[in-house]
Amino acid sequence: MTDLTWISTAISTARPQAMGALLRYFRDLDAAEEAFQDACLRALNNWPKNGPPRDPAAWLIFVGRNSGIDAVRKRAKQAPLPEEDQISDLEDAETDIAERLDGAHYRDDILRLLFICCHPDLPATQQIAVALRIVSGLTVKQIARAFLVGESAMEQRITRAKARIADAGVPFETPGAVERSERLAAVAAMVYLIFNEGYSTNSGEAPARAPLCEEAIRLARLLLRLFQTEPEIMGLTALLLLQHARAPARFDENGEIVLLEDQDRSLWSRKMIDEGLALVDKALRHQKPGPYQVQSAIAALHARAAKPEDTDWTEIDLLYSLLEQMQPSPVVTLNRAVAVAKVRGPEAALAMIEPLEQKLSGYFHFFGLKGGLLMQLGRGDEARTAFDRAIALANTAAEAAHIRMHIDRLMKDGAAQGASRKAL
Amino acid sequence: MLYAILCYASEDVVCSWSKEQDDEVMTKLLGVQEKYAQAGRLGPVARLLPTTAATTLRKVKGEAVVIDGPFAETKEQFLGFYTLECNDLDEAVDFARELSEVNPSGGSYEIRPVSLFNPAKVSA
Repeated sequence: MTDLTWISTAISTARPQAMGALLRYFRDLDAAEEAFQDACLRALNNWPKNGPPRDPAAWLIFVGRNSGIDAVRKRAKQAPLPEEDQISDLEDAETDIAERLDGAHYRDDILRLLFICCHPDLPATQQIAVALRIVSGLTVKQIARAFLVGESAMEQRITRAKARIADAGVPFETPGAVERSERLAAVAAMVYLIFNEGYSTNSGEAPARAPLCEEAIRLARLLLRLFQTEPEIMGLTALLLLQHARAPARFDENGEIVLLEDQDRSLWSRKMIDEGLALVDKALRHQKPGPYQVQSAIAALHARAAKPEDTDWTEIDLLYSLLEQMQPSPVVTLNRAVAVAKVRGPEAALAMIEPLEQKLSGYFHFFGLKGGLLMQLGRGDEARTAFDRAIALANTAAEAAHIRMHIDRLMKDGAAQGASRKAL
Repeated sequence: MLYAILCYASEDVVCSWSKEQDDEVMTKLLGVQEKYAQAGRLGPVARLLPTTAATTLRKVKGEAVVIDGPFAETKEQFLGFYTLECNDLDEAVDFARELSEVNPSGGSYEIRPVSLFNPAKVSA
């Protein structure tokens, strides 16, 4: 790797900690960002000459804080900035500040930085965009690309979101235990949103959006390092890893979505699966189940099955029923019905989802599954009606194409005694 | 004399490499290993998963306690390691517990999943 690549990796790695500390010093997002930018510019000058600092985050915080204070003074007195050589003696300073850096604070610094992005007034997409900008340091251009919108539209969106955050006031007091765990839950939800924003996609958009998944995994690992004993954060990290492990197998060469049971499992990332499974095991030992842990346990059962027919659907049905109790939602019940269809047959699954029709009347997957179950039961006409609804509700071309494949099969099989396939 | 070479680096940085960057580094590292492997001098090589996947079994007042996270004490030194095929974390913890029961030195066992393992044999 070149010098420049090394520096940019070091800066982006140090960013959450440095930005978090600068935000604590300046209590103002813009001031913190400006100070951080300035520190980065100086790093680009200084690091190639003097070699990498021992602790890049400490260096950036120290330099950023000085330059931020200078900026405040400059605004106050219109005094000139200090010369570069006045702050160039960074080698000595670094040893000193590395020790003075308040280690105890930095966990709450990073959590706060993430938490301010979760402002409840901000729509989910704005929360994500602003977190990617402030915490991850993605450029507006990169974010716009991932969201498939124009750069200026994204710029506006982020500016508006930041103004909203500034108006709301940043919570600076050190959080108590309850508050800390509330913040952590909000932040975990946002990290999951970032991941899903990158995950629910079609093959054409996949390359542009994949960085969102990777960034979410990076943030989840960061949270886990800060909160090593939180089983839900283990569950979240595991869930993201286990889902992302399947990414290379999710689309075929024509860009059509490949269902879980049809995926070439040899393409799954073994490394991510191993890490995910290890985290699920770690979380289970705590015996404090939560929604992320349950979902990651379900993903783990899929990951452990070498062949689709090895999947432990009975256990998956059980886990979904647990999730239904924790987070009652028609979508969870719908997912459970997929497992129920495998364990107890399509009739039982259909009985389970029929009461959901009103609530899920705008949901593609509902009609996809309903059609699939009806098809298995040989009720071709009703299946056709459900599939037509599904196509009308499809979010992506790949989803629609997939349902059309079912319809083609129905047409071919006439009364549709055909293969059994699920729509999720 | 057989030597163990232990690798230390910033996990934050290594984990933020893209797959392409990671592959590039691994290819170069494999290139270095290759000539030593051909000379029959290279023993088993392992790359570990991140410390976030680690669990530590530690003796506290003679009692084995399992805690989340990597071994973090600086007063103790790295003395040796085992690799064990396990179905789940519990099996690994049980093994570490058995070791700690017969090991009078107290000490700790960090349990880390291995992501890459090359069991090459040394002929020397």
